[in-house]
Amino acid sequence: MTAITGTPLLEVEHLTMRFGGLVAVNDVSFTAMKQQITAVIGPNGAGKTTMFNCLTGFYSPTVGRLALHRDEGIFLLERLEAFRISQQAAVARTFQNIRLFAHMSVLENLIVAQHNKLMKASGFSVAGLLGLPVYRKAEKEAVELARHWLDKVKLTKFADWEAGNLPYGAQRRLEIARAMCTEPVLLCLDEPAAGLNPRESGDLAELLIYIRDEEKIGVLLIEHDMSVVMRISDHVVVLDYGRKISDGTPAYVKSDPTVIRAYLGEEEHEELPPEIIRDLPEVAEREEGA
Amino acid sequence: MTALASQQSGRPGLDLPAMLKEAGVTALIALALTFPLVGLRTVDVGSRLTVSPRFTEVAIAVALVFIGRIGLILTREKQALPVLVVSLGVAAAAWFLPFPSAALKVIAIAGALIIAIRAAITARSDRSTLSQQERDRAMDRLGARVQDAAVWIGPIAILFAIVLPFMPFANRSVVDIGILILTYIMLGWGLNIVVGLAGLLDLGYVAFYAVGAYSYALLAHYFDFSFWLCLPLAGLLAATSGVILGFPVLRLRGDYFAIVTLGFGEIIRIVLLNWGVFTGGPNGISGIPRPSFFGIADFERRPPEGEIAFHQLFGIAFDPMHRIIFLYYLILALALCVNLFTMRIRKLPVGRAWEALREDDIACTSLGINRTNIKLAAFAIAAMFGGFAGSFFATRQGFISPESFTFIESAIILAIVVLGGMGSQIGVVVAALIIIGLPEAFRELAEYRMLAFGMGMVLIMVWRPRGLLAHRDPTILLHPKRSARQQQADSEAGE
Repeated sequence: MTAITGTPLLEVEHLTMRFGGLVAVNDVSFTAMKQQITAVIGPNGAGKTTMFNCLTGFYSPTVGRLALHRDEGIFLLERLEAFRISQQAAVARTFQNIRLFAHMSVLENLIVAQHNKLMKASGFSVAGLLGLPVYRKAEKEAVELARHWLDKVKLTKFADWEAGNLPYGAQRRLEIARAMCTEPVLLCLDEPAAGLNPRESGDLAELLIYIRDEEKIGVLLIEHDMSVVMRISDHVVVLDYGRKISDGTPAYVKSDPTVIRAYLGEEEHEELPPEIIRDLPEVAEREEGA
Repeated sequence: MTALASQQSGRPGLDLPAMLKEAGVTALIALALTFPLVGLRTVDVGSRLTVSPRFTEVAIAVALVFIGRIGLILTREKQALPVLVVSLGVAAAAWFLPFPSAALKVIAIAGALIIAIRAAITARSDRSTLSQQERDRAMDRLGARVQDAAVWIGPIAILFAIVLPFMPFANRSVVDIGILILTYIMLGWGLNIVVGLAGLLDLGYVAFYAVGAYSYALLAHYFDFSFWLCLPLAGLLAATSGVILGFPVLRLRGDYFAIVTLGFGEIIRIVLLNWGVFTGGPNGISGIPRPSFFGIADFERRPPEGEIAFHQLFGIAFDPMHRIIFLYYLILALALCVNLFTMRIRKLPVGRAWEALREDDIACTSLGINRTNIKLAAFAIAAMFGGFAGSFFATRQGFISPESFTFIESAIILAIVVLGGMGSQIGVVVAALIIIGLPEAFRELAEYRMLAFGMGMVLIMVWRPRGLLAHRDPTILLHPKRSARQQQADSEAGE
């Protein structure tokens, strides 16, 4: 494992998630740094999305500590209700299967993302119902933030469309813009490049680099598209069968034999390096135990 | 008609025996269905119940089905134009022909008109029906057009509602029906917040209506509170009951939520029914005070000592219509308040969060929206409006009993919202006119009203499941100069 340097943003310690007898995530620990793109990769069913759901409060983990470091202090995500993770800890996420408000307009999607801020400005609707200037000003600012992100994801032209009518790639970008409109410190993306063509995933990579370098926000990324992962991530965590099998820079992970084995399957025993052959009985035993 | 059919059968391509066979089978099924349902009628003779046959009705019904089926077959076989002419003729003739019962007449006319419509569509497009998509698109366009036209339809409708009591044709029954329709419009607009905006299927809305009505009745009965004091209190109590119900229920989703609200509606009714010492039980509460003219004057012929009556205040002759017209304006104002409130709140964070919740509640959570609070707000606000309407109902009737708050009321209010198009404010008005106004207009057909109601709902659900005027305008536009719809249409055409 190579060392990743930086200021910690999210510390995941001994995260374990059990569903009855199934251990979906098994004792995973890693640290995501501020202003870095941390990619979580692994074969299908490795427990990546389960880990995300633990981080964003949709599941409460069986074991583990999830500490988010902000200027205001440390937030323990495993103790927060799902909606408070975005509201207080400022962790935003997108979904593997896009979850937009399909019958609302693109702009409305981005305004709803700023709900808490606007709710306060509207005096919990009282000032808003009376049409006081304080609310109108807040709404104008919200529209400006939305416009900023619409420009970034190249959807300004479609701002008044129904979100559900956008093409697939645009919906993916809109979901990222919507998550960014919550003004997060950590952005969690669940397979943002799934279903995109090479040009679109190129654009996506640019967008994520912009979010990291210009907005100075940490990104946690689940992705299968290795070209995107290897190009933009600063740190890669590899999961397999719920365990972390590798952790380090993209270059290190790419050449890690355990990772290669997880992705390409085991070769014949004779061709394996001796130290792995030595470990094999132990691995088999562990698997029997699990 | 049959003569014409046989004449046409001479043309090539028409298989007369097959046609007669198909129509005959349909008529046979009709016979099997109508014979027990229509053909046998139970009559009270003295103290005994006897069965009297009605064979003419059955014969006519079966004949109508037979002829109608032939009309449909001919339409299918590319004889649409003659069928159109003949069916229109039949509809006109049926209007004047004597039928043994009004229902048969209606069925004959309606059936002929339906066949005429199908024939007309076939004549135009070579197909007997429009596809679901085409129909949807046509209705969407209509909905969008109505939404656009709302700018002037709304004020005109309100103006019409304001001058209605002074129209020459406005007798007492017209104003009464107006009050009834407006009450349901108000309830529909209230429920629209929960069902249309927040997407929570509430089958027990009548519970809040009951809470409002009983709040006023009981406060007036025990404490002599006036209507104007009770109106806000009733709203408050109904909203409180909404919150109390909401807390345990709102964590449920979809069908489970609907079932629990259904149960809650029944619980309220059964409590009212059985808590005899407090609520009067099944006897209800009578002698509920009528509203005064804003606490200044009463609508009495002879006001009590030291008080002034409405006609004395304005120096006009006493007329019992004054109170009715006042009630009419009261409910109009209440309903318009609800509408104004809903239109404003749609553009506020709460309103947008409601709609977002309806679209995807998991995404809402991920954006930091507290679902429970938002749903509770929807529930409480809708309950409050239900409570207002309820206390109006109590003061208008002067008598309430649990009978008025059965499940069917909830169902009717929900039907208004769904039929109108979820979330559409104008749709609620149109649907209330159809569901409440039409049955009132056809009171002579009282026996068949529920039948027609049910049939209408089934037809709407088959043809237009999203409701008549389901169209949603964005609450905020980035490019306000050209309408978003126009842009979208442009770029769709460009694709």
